[in-house]
Amino acid sequence: MNLTLRVWRQKNAHARGRFVTYEARNVSPDMSFLEMLDVVNEELIGREQEPIAFEHDCREGICGACGFMINGIAHGPKRGTTVCQLHLRTFRDGDHLTLEPWRAKAFPVIKDLVVDRGAFDRIIQAGGFISAPAGAAPDANAILVPKEDVELAFDAAACIGCGACVAACPNASAMLFTAAKVSHLGLLPQGQPERNDRVRNMVAAMDREMFGGCTNMGECQAVCPKEITIAFIARLNHDLLAASFKGRKPPRTAASP
Amino acid sequence: MIALWSTSIGKKAVMAVTGFILTGFVVAHMLGNLKIFQGEEKFNSYAVWLREVGSPALGHQQFLWVLRLILLAAVALHIGAAVQLTRMSYAARPVRYRRTEAIHATYAARTMRWGGVILTLFVMYHILHFTFGAVGYAPGQYRPMSVYRNVVVGFSVWYVSAFYIVAMIALGLHLYHGVWSMFQTLGVNTVGADRFFFRTLATVTSLVVILGNISVPVGVLAGLVR
Amino acid sequence: METRVGLPAEDPAASRLDAEIPPGPIERKWERHRFDMKLVSPANRRRYTILVVGSGLAGAAAAASLGEMGYNVKCFSYHDSARRAHSIAAQGGINAAKNYRNDGDSVFRLFYDTVKGGDFRSREGNVYRLAELSLNIIDQCVAQGVPFAREYGGLLDNRSFGGAQVSRTFYARGQTGQQLLLGAYQALQRQVGLGSVTLFIRTEMLDLVVIDGRARGIVTRNLATGAIESHVGDAVVLATGGYSNVFYLSTNAKASNATAIWRAHKRGAFFANPCFTQIHPTCIPVSGEYQSKLTLMSESLRNDGRVWVPKKIGDGRPPDQIPESERDYYLERKYPSYGNLAPRDIASHAAKDVCDEKRGVGPGGRGVYLDFADAIRRLGESVIREKYGNLFDMYERITGENAYRVPMRIYPAPHYTMGGLWVDYNLMATIPGLFVAGEANFSDHGANRLGASALMQGLADGYFILPATVGDYLARTPPGGVDTGHPAVEAAEAEVATRVAQLLGIRGMRTVDSFHRELGQIMWDHCGMARNEGGLRYALGKIPELRQEFRENVRVLERNEELNQSLEKAGRVVDFLELAELMCIDALHRAESCGGHFREEHQTPDGEALRDDERFAYVSAWEYTGTLARPTLHKEPLAFEYVHLAQRSYR
Repeated sequence: MNLTLRVWRQKNAHARGRFVTYEARNVSPDMSFLEMLDVVNEELIGREQEPIAFEHDCREGICGACGFMINGIAHGPKRGTTVCQLHLRTFRDGDHLTLEPWRAKAFPVIKDLVVDRGAFDRIIQAGGFISAPAGAAPDANAILVPKEDVELAFDAAACIGCGACVAACPNASAMLFTAAKVSHLGLLPQGQPERNDRVRNMVAAMDREMFGGCTNMGECQAVCPKEITIAFIARLNHDLLAASFKGRKPPRTAASP
Repeated sequence: MIALWSTSIGKKAVMAVTGFILTGFVVAHMLGNLKIFQGEEKFNSYAVWLREVGSPALGHQQFLWVLRLILLAAVALHIGAAVQLTRMSYAARPVRYRRTEAIHATYAARTMRWGGVILTLFVMYHILHFTFGAVGYAPGQYRPMSVYRNVVVGFSVWYVSAFYIVAMIALGLHLYHGVWSMFQTLGVNTVGADRFFFRTLATVTSLVVILGNISVPVGVLAGLVR
Repeated sequence: METRVGLPAEDPAASRLDAEIPPGPIERKWERHRFDMKLVSPANRRRYTILVVGSGLAGAAAAASLGEMGYNVKCFSYHDSARRAHSIAAQGGINAAKNYRNDGDSVFRLFYDTVKGGDFRSREGNVYRLAELSLNIIDQCVAQGVPFAREYGGLLDNRSFGGAQVSRTFYARGQTGQQLLLGAYQALQRQVGLGSVTLFIRTEMLDLVVIDGRARGIVTRNLATGAIESHVGDAVVLATGGYSNVFYLSTNAKASNATAIWRAHKRGAFFANPCFTQIHPTCIPVSGEYQSKLTLMSESLRNDGRVWVPKKIGDGRPPDQIPESERDYYLERKYPSYGNLAPRDIASHAAKDVCDEKRGVGPGGRGVYLDFADAIRRLGESVIREKYGNLFDMYERITGENAYRVPMRIYPAPHYTMGGLWVDYNLMATIPGLFVAGEANFSDHGANRLGASALMQGLADGYFILPATVGDYLARTPPGGVDTGHPAVEAAEAEVATRVAQLLGIRGMRTVDSFHRELGQIMWDHCGMARNEGGLRYALGKIPELRQEFRENVRVLERNEELNQSLEKAGRVVDFLELAELMCIDALHRAESCGGHFREEHQTPDGEALRDDERFAYVSAWEYTGTLARPTLHKEPLAFEYVHLAQRSYR
């Protein structure tokens, strides 16, 4: 099959970008989308043109490295699928596809389809953890967790941090990402002691990173490769409101060794 | 509370609480509107009662003014938060996509901001029209406190009725997303069954408000109310 | 050009390697060693800088733990986030000898199973410690909030895995690796927030700096800006994963590479058992020339699926038109007692055999059927869907085929490398101050790794072993004393810059990937599932030729100063082209079959691996001598005091 690709090319973070059209000729419907880009890139190198930069690694839908917009949809048209697991049989021969990087103030473009998602790491740094130094843990079965709680926590913990939720959100909001981590840890008994601080600090970090606010549109859950739902956003809202009406503990300081 | 307002979620919570107040007003207003079908006398005396609620403990229109101030504050906060959140959103995506496609977002959800602007303009028109009689009437047609007559005369002009009907559909859309959204924002609908309940509640609220309010201009134009 | 083919000479003067295993009974070794080790007082810890390269299970766990203790830690990852390391893709689970099932499990049993599973080519002392620490790992991960599967009563659930008769595998759906890695990642990010760990993302280690015989620093390249920089410290920890990508097609992530350990090897660290690679039997087969990687399908599918190929050579009929009498259920035929549940190496090898007979199925004829028709008839589709639904979905996403209707096609694929840098009991390489953790070292799995034990080893190394042993090393070393202006640092930096400039200067005709594919094919054909002397000698002739062509004819475009993915790949392939030769040399020298290393000359009449404990019960540790074709072999003899050496049979 043949495809026509209109790809965003941008030399580096400071350069101006533009769309360039490429033809992917005689590609197989059994290829993954990224394998098709590999083929296009090999041809580009053959013509001494710079290959298209795109992020990828595991190519089995779990590392969260890959992702870009295909015709205005994050990770393309197939639900619950990252671009590395999206195969060309999803498309029709002769299709015109527009490939754009995630666009958000918090995700500056580094090159072509590659963006900097460091903002997600900084949200986690603000509180997306349970403080449990190695060596201090009680026996694993000393903490009982109801099965339904852990299953729900897992649904949230499945987040791969790809950024599709931000990319698809009309407000470029990081609420689904933040909600997933707040819910994962907040649903477990181990996460209770830090629950209020966690949600306050993570939401503050999220706002600092210049993500937009949530307007409950649900675009994020529609593109999430792990199909995490906005019910977790309701949970995040609930936790933040509850935490805001409770007393604030003194700020954490670095452990003095 | 100030700390809460400084977060994006806090602003959303303010929109949800004020939205709740405004939704309550809209529903009550709609129920009051339906009294027009009980005839001129009942409808006019309802209008008088509104101004005398709490009498003799409260003076003339005092209760009404308290309500009006609450509503005014709610509207101001609702719009203020909306403007700030909108500006945040625009700042959060300085470079727009060449192409976007909505998958999940409803038409109602995508039109909240412009819908809000339209509703603000409508409310201003509506106050100038029925409360002050400043627009939509030939000179001398509008008579203060002849509420029933003013409505009948006002809606007899077909394009005024048409404008009201369009505005009520906009209001219904705003409520369809807004009512569901306020529970989402306040974090009370975290489990599946509740989520279905609130979705249904939002649908019913918006339909009832649309149909209830539209019945008045339709009634006038159809000659049922005269 | 160096094309010498043959067995490398053994250096008679080479020392027998000492692994520094503590004396005493096996169950007391680690406890006693922990007491004997020196400590760094809390107030002094921040004066020591530790460089941790890699942020997978081992790296993130080590960096977080060392940071928590108060050391000044710098952690390096070539990804855009520490969370993307390939540990994230592990599906099955993690073993721990908790005996929560009351089914007779114990630390000793896990130790025994692991040594036996590794076909008696691992160190008893290390493996026993691993089994002991497995208990702490589960505790630690639960405390961090890892959502392990649970029973309705709220207790942890377990499942069974290959190579064991007890249920000791803890799991989080099919994403155990992801959840464990996120636990370690979150602990790491917490330390970053507290300021005790500095994280360098998009930063790839390209060389090791050795000063006065000790590992003192690394040279890195910033992948986004091209900046070549140096970092110095008091110890260096490499947790950079395995080298299965030497085969080009493997279940590893695309960027997984050997550069860090290979550069350390060339600076003096011995490379142990490089030929020990694991080929996993149940992967989705190659579908075309463009194939970029292979995807694992959980081994658990073989519980209900039957493996077969047509009896007739070159039978092109669709599977549903091949009558029962013309099918060869070869695993059931060859191994009647184990049938479709034959162990990994056996199943992989048998699949290769039938495909070599041209009875393979699917495009290219490199595949066998894994058929669920019988199970669906017996149990009903809904039961199968409940058990394996997510795997069937994944299969359909990749192949477009509905495995409820047509049999799956599977084929073995490179998955894990048991070999790696040689380390002693303290996980220290032959360069003092250089520690190696996780898949990057060779330590615990011998010649074959059992399922659900890679995660266990990575976390044991990171959370529990390194925090103790690195401290012991540092306590005997004064902090600091070297800065990035040191001549050795500057020299290493200049070398890296020269190598980068050379790659960009070749401007040849072939792409990096085309070389990598060709290398992978050579390795797969001659140093893959089955090896023989002729094939290995052929590969040893081809690899230097390919390396030479690469030096003359690779095309890397653009420049160093910005994101340049071709340049990144080129640097990694250069090192694979060198490592591949060492793998073949090791495979050639080890004239026995054991675990994943199957030498066709050395098999029982039944076609089973035939070990030679007389001659090869040792770890082969190779020293780089300056000439790739002539490394020096050092031997670490393996003694078995607690586990009885025995031949495996699965018939």
